[in-house]
Amino acid sequence: MNIYVYIMRRLLYVIPVLLGVCLLIFVLFNLVSPDPTIMLLGKHANAKQMAELRHELGLDRSYFTQYLDIVKSAFTFDFGRSWSTKQEIIEMIKNGSGPSLTVTFPAFIISTILSLVISLFVAFYRGKWLDKSTVLVCVAMMSVPSLAYILFGQKILAYDFGLFEISGYDHGFPNFIPYVALPCLIWVALSIGPDVRFYRTVILDEVYMDYVRTARSKGLSEKVILFKHVLKNAMIPIITWVVIQIPFLILGALLLESFFGIPGLGGITLNAINSADFPVVRAMTILSAVAYIIFSVITDVLYTLVDPRVRLR
Amino acid sequence: MEQVQTMGQATIVKSEKPKSKSLWQHAFESLMRDRYAKISIVIIAVYVAIALLTTLGFLAADWSREVGSSYAPPSLENWLGTDIFGRSVMAKMLKGTEVAISVGFITAMISVVIGVFLGAVSGYFGGKVDEMIVWFYTTVSSIPYIMLLVAITFILGKGLVSVYLALGLTSWVSLCRVIRAEVMRHKDREYVQAAGAIGGGDGRKLFKHIIPNVLHVVIINFSLQFQTAIKSEVILSYLGLGVQGRPSWGTMIDDAKLELARGVWWQLAAASFAMFLIVLAFNILGDSLRDALDPKLKGK
Repeated sequence: MNIYVYIMRRLLYVIPVLLGVCLLIFVLFNLVSPDPTIMLLGKHANAKQMAELRHELGLDRSYFTQYLDIVKSAFTFDFGRSWSTKQEIIEMIKNGSGPSLTVTFPAFIISTILSLVISLFVAFYRGKWLDKSTVLVCVAMMSVPSLAYILFGQKILAYDFGLFEISGYDHGFPNFIPYVALPCLIWVALSIGPDVRFYRTVILDEVYMDYVRTARSKGLSEKVILFKHVLKNAMIPIITWVVIQIPFLILGALLLESFFGIPGLGGITLNAINSADFPVVRAMTILSAVAYIIFSVITDVLYTLVDPRVRLR
Repeated sequence: MEQVQTMGQATIVKSEKPKSKSLWQHAFESLMRDRYAKISIVIIAVYVAIALLTTLGFLAADWSREVGSSYAPPSLENWLGTDIFGRSVMAKMLKGTEVAISVGFITAMISVVIGVFLGAVSGYFGGKVDEMIVWFYTTVSSIPYIMLLVAITFILGKGLVSVYLALGLTSWVSLCRVIRAEVMRHKDREYVQAAGAIGGGDGRKLFKHIIPNVLHVVIINFSLQFQTAIKSEVILSYLGLGVQGRPSWGTMIDDAKLELARGVWWQLAAASFAMFLIVLAFNILGDSLRDALDPKLKGK
């Protein structure tokens, strides 16, 4: 199949999924959720006030129009205004995505490269004590609650030893580095466990294949086999794992940002949750879903570049 | 040889060959050989026992009683110190086990029921049903887990029941996917055809014959789901969307964020350690179960 036809077909499949996501969000936020007017006006509001507010928020329109609004916002990113700050939500998102990315992007790059290197290294020594103890350390690191990393990290490294800024943020290139260094470090510590374990499994799945035995029997060195042959064949699961994390980078680190006072998207979402700001939570849900869908298409297209056999299916 | 039955000329003889071991026997034996798996099972059993004892009121029933001054550090009297109201952190930690185990168990059950049912139906019947279910789980999985979780608890309101529902309703997708693929692999096998040939209907073929053969996937997933649920409960409680009015590890960690600056580390340490140990046990047990039950991995 021609690659363009494949991409087109894959894009067409996005439509039902996107409509489904909007339906799910509509059901959750507009059908099942408790009446937001009670939350906004308090218990002592009279019926007239409530009706006025319902009209103002557009909740008195037919369900179908409300659903269409959500679908429209998934394409135009026009999410309306926040209930608590009255700001345009899209402006909030624009302002927040920069600081979020300054934390998540370097952290993601560092942790991905580091985990790949470690897992290739332990795959080389598979079955030996180095491999076994690395796996054990990874599992132990995964078992520590993420909040413990954040709280103890902030307390010990920033508060007690003063190695990093405790919290806050400064815009502009070199200025933000002292503020994002510790959140980055914690992100790396959080993701290295699952990453190494995953990459190691993927690489070991390949190591026992026939082509590896062939390569070895024709006298190739273990290094060439791992880097040239095994890594190439393990690319599909690795790409999936890497690309599918990207939407979460945009979403920001929900907990990290609030702890370190970084004005990113994670912090915005957390504030919206605490102040029952429906439109903002809904906008973040839509945004992250759209990002996820886009990146899953990109993953599928990357598959065909890495492994041409995929196109035939 | 023992003669069992004689019919005319032919005699039917009971085979003397020892019965071959089933997957489950193999799995059980390999688990029992695995030292780490045994330790993990013991740890999990202890946690379950603590949860049962606190539920029945034999242990930590007086967790809300004042036992010392506010924020007393760990001492011989109060091993893990006290919290802001002078309550024993040890008792709160034990009482919190109840929430963790119940969240883990109930959530994992919900996700197994939904995942197995949808996955089995989708894989077995195929066609339009399959397309619908695949569309449904693609849709659900398109919303990042944490956002969906937050959205559902946000809407259902605070409390333990919403935590069960939110975690259960969001965590079935991966199991559903695997079960669907496994059922598709099994449905045209000879043993299923044989079951059909002697008059078994779809329901019987699917639930009596195919499901037992893919059960190992469910068990591995259950142990994975259990620990994910425990971890997620903590995050939900931290976000203020979780358990209210009773101790849980999540609320303990939530309290700790304000205490830590004053040097009160014991509540956070106690809750983190309690969680660390059981999540670690489930992680190790999950790996051992996979090695023991997944025939594809045999010999690696």
